[in-house]
Amino acid sequence: MNAPMPAVLRQHLIDPEICIRCNTCEATCPVAAITHDDRNYVIEASKCNFCMACISPCPTGSIDNWRQVPGAKAYTVEEQLLWDELPPELSAEQLAAQLAELAGGGDAAAVVDAVAAATPETPATDPTGEAAFNSAQWGAQVPPWSAAHPYTKLYGPKAPTMATVVGNVKVNEAGTENETHHIVLDFGSMPFPVLEGQSIGVIPPGVDAQGKPHHARQYSIASPRNGERPGYNNLSLTVKRVVNDPQGRPIHGVASNYLCDAAVGDKVQVIGPFGASFLMPNHPKSHLVMICTGTGSAPMRAMTEWRRRLRQSGKFEGGKLMLFFGARTQAELPYFGPLTSLPKDFIDINLAFSRTPGAPRRYVQDLMRERAADLVALLKDPNTCFYVCGLKAMEEGVVLALRDIAQNAGLNWETLGATLKNEGRLHLETY
Amino acid sequence: MSTINYSEKIPNNVNLSEDKTLQRALEHWQPNYLNWWNDMGPDGSNNFDVYLRTAVSVDADGWAQFGHVKMPDYRWGIFLNPKEEGRQVNFGEHKGEAAWQDVPGEHRANLRRIIVTQGDTEPASVEQQRHLGLTCPSQYDLRNLFQVNVEEGRHLWAMVYLLHKYFGRDGREEAEALLDRRSGDSDNPRILQAFNEPTPDWLSFYMFTYFTDRDGKFQLCALAESGFDPLARTTKFMLTEEAHHMFVGESGVSRVIARTCQVMNELKTDDPAKIRAAGVIDLPTIQRYLNFHFSVTIDLFGADESSNAAIFYNSGLKGRYEETKRGDDHRLQGQTYKVLGLKEGHLIEREVPMLNALNEVLRDDYIKDSIGGVQRWNKVIEKAGIPFKLQAPHKAFNRKIGTLAGAHISPDGRAVSATEFAARQNEWLPSVEDRAFVASLMGRVTEAGKFANWIAPPVMGINRQPVDFDYVRFN
Repeated sequence: MNAPMPAVLRQHLIDPEICIRCNTCEATCPVAAITHDDRNYVIEASKCNFCMACISPCPTGSIDNWRQVPGAKAYTVEEQLLWDELPPELSAEQLAAQLAELAGGGDAAAVVDAVAAATPETPATDPTGEAAFNSAQWGAQVPPWSAAHPYTKLYGPKAPTMATVVGNVKVNEAGTENETHHIVLDFGSMPFPVLEGQSIGVIPPGVDAQGKPHHARQYSIASPRNGERPGYNNLSLTVKRVVNDPQGRPIHGVASNYLCDAAVGDKVQVIGPFGASFLMPNHPKSHLVMICTGTGSAPMRAMTEWRRRLRQSGKFEGGKLMLFFGARTQAELPYFGPLTSLPKDFIDINLAFSRTPGAPRRYVQDLMRERAADLVALLKDPNTCFYVCGLKAMEEGVVLALRDIAQNAGLNWETLGATLKNEGRLHLETY
Repeated sequence: MSTINYSEKIPNNVNLSEDKTLQRALEHWQPNYLNWWNDMGPDGSNNFDVYLRTAVSVDADGWAQFGHVKMPDYRWGIFLNPKEEGRQVNFGEHKGEAAWQDVPGEHRANLRRIIVTQGDTEPASVEQQRHLGLTCPSQYDLRNLFQVNVEEGRHLWAMVYLLHKYFGRDGREEAEALLDRRSGDSDNPRILQAFNEPTPDWLSFYMFTYFTDRDGKFQLCALAESGFDPLARTTKFMLTEEAHHMFVGESGVSRVIARTCQVMNELKTDDPAKIRAAGVIDLPTIQRYLNFHFSVTIDLFGADESSNAAIFYNSGLKGRYEETKRGDDHRLQGQTYKVLGLKEGHLIEREVPMLNALNEVLRDDYIKDSIGGVQRWNKVIEKAGIPFKLQAPHKAFNRKIGTLAGAHISPDGRAVSATEFAARQNEWLPSVEDRAFVASLMGRVTEAGKFANWIAPPVMGINRQPVDFDYVRFN
């Protein structure tokens, strides 16, 4: 394609220091955007349509480099052919200055904001000009046919019940920015039956700045139906201490800090349980594909643990478990230790880290695409249920990846996606 | 999308199930192949789950799927690039004719020979590398070794498919012989000499994958131009996988150099004895290994004047590197090319008919490509601030094939006496002591994220995995 350049372009480039000049990228590029001379392999910005066909075949990783530049000043093929190394990323100020210069002067700061607003984390990938993809429309409103029947809303905001904190441990490495706690709550003799995938609300004590009682904060249950400690009336939560808002400005998350600071023996006001569709299938031959980030792992932990207990008791009949789990770094990933000690023939674990120093960013959808062959088989199997839980930003990428994987295997997504939704086999819970 | 059929014992995208005779023939060959793999494949690797790149289709998004695979259960099989409608023979006397879908009778013997020679190198390199897993410098490197091994194994499958499908009984016999020869065996050696040289240590392995697998790239590129369409399609797919092998070599040597330079800077010395004492490989030793592997590999291109090469080209069987990108007449009649010769103790250049010099043309293309990588290694040394430059030796150095065989030429291209060559041989080629020293460093490191002292970690992991990823699960 020779589309007009956007104002700000995430330009696809090849690192000449790492590239071994093997010609694989040029041979695989479907739009002939890659060319070479005796010195370098380079990508022509006006031809590259970000189809990513060259990414996984590259044996070196040198192909996976991106620089944000003004579209009108994209690095030319001639320039790239002379490089010995990649140019550094332009700072926001440099980029703004170049844009302002191109626009004939103006407010650099305003341009910076415009750039920030206009630039997605990953390159825009829809060269077809079709309507925007709406991932949420594919989420099921019904549970899988074999799910156990849940109890919901036994306790409302006006009549919460009380639980006692009986455990509070950190489940990722000390000192990480996204400190995450595993909190165990015991309900004593109060009835509180739950299923994996359900959530509860916690009402922090005290009042807000306006003098009103705090609202309840909802948390997914991280333990299986028979409790964190089987045979006791308890459950667990995965709680991340919130110290920054999504824009990175410091804030103090009321409920998360209250729970992370709770001491064993503290009493907590709880409402719920909630959720009647994000439930796991009950028949033991069903397959689970679990896709999550951060504390979105809570329901996945619950489901995995339930299956593990079934397996231990001999009631498990070999349904597959496949997990795609994303975090910024390994240190921030909750339950890393216990997760990696699970038997490999029991669960197929795929971890994506987006901020490992010195390593390129990897997201769960990247891993899903790599495992396309396995996912296609599972997509075709009516015994498979898909669960997505984590930050809102992940949802679209994940559902798009599922769609692409299906379509690349010759499946019709419109039909398959509708079936998954209608049969309660694709569940989205993002926040 | 040309999807590969996995429902069969032999994954393939060539409709194997529709050709029962061929299927039976290959099913007969398969157990022998597996026996060969068990006998001669990587030592002690059975039951490992290795993070391998596997093809699920031969188009862009299907041929590089990553995941843990049990070593003997790799998807061995037959994958050809999709057929290009209307493809023609692009060179030689048949230029402009439709590409052949079957073997032309008059070229049968030559084509079989080309395919057998290419096929023979594939199991040979697996045999050469079979003990290396026992001394791997890291789990990352072990995984790369296995990836190279399984792909070489599958490339053997590709050639065997052609032999079985197109060459009848002769082809079947040749396919069996591919499993009978053994690298370095004095009674039944592999066809090409470089594939009978041992690969005793990891520096040799990296040099081999850099230089010798790069020869593979050029040979496969020349075959991918063939007028015999099934050969062209097969080798095109093999080329996509070959790139990783060269990457292992280029980055491997580069990491050895990076570690050496780091230690040189820490110790503030360029004294090879002190550098060796610190447990890393000194740059002059790396240069000697380079000289050896470069010279042995350029012999693989064959004699500098070859009537076979002329016949192969003229009859449309084997083209030049990037044949269709070249702007000449693709017939080459009446054209000449300069090749080196020796006259009265001096190197001279002779003009020979281009068609007879095609081995030399391919060799020169290869040399240009190889030197590019040597310059990238020099960048690593330069960045470390060390005044040392690695150099590819002269084309005439240490040659055993062609008119230069047995000539005494120094690495910088001077003709020297036999006495001088013998006296300085240990300065130019790895000595027994050099090899013993490098061997002494080879201890096995398999803890994820850990690396032997003599090699730097890679810049990034395979398929953007972290460097300390579990590339091999030992079970």
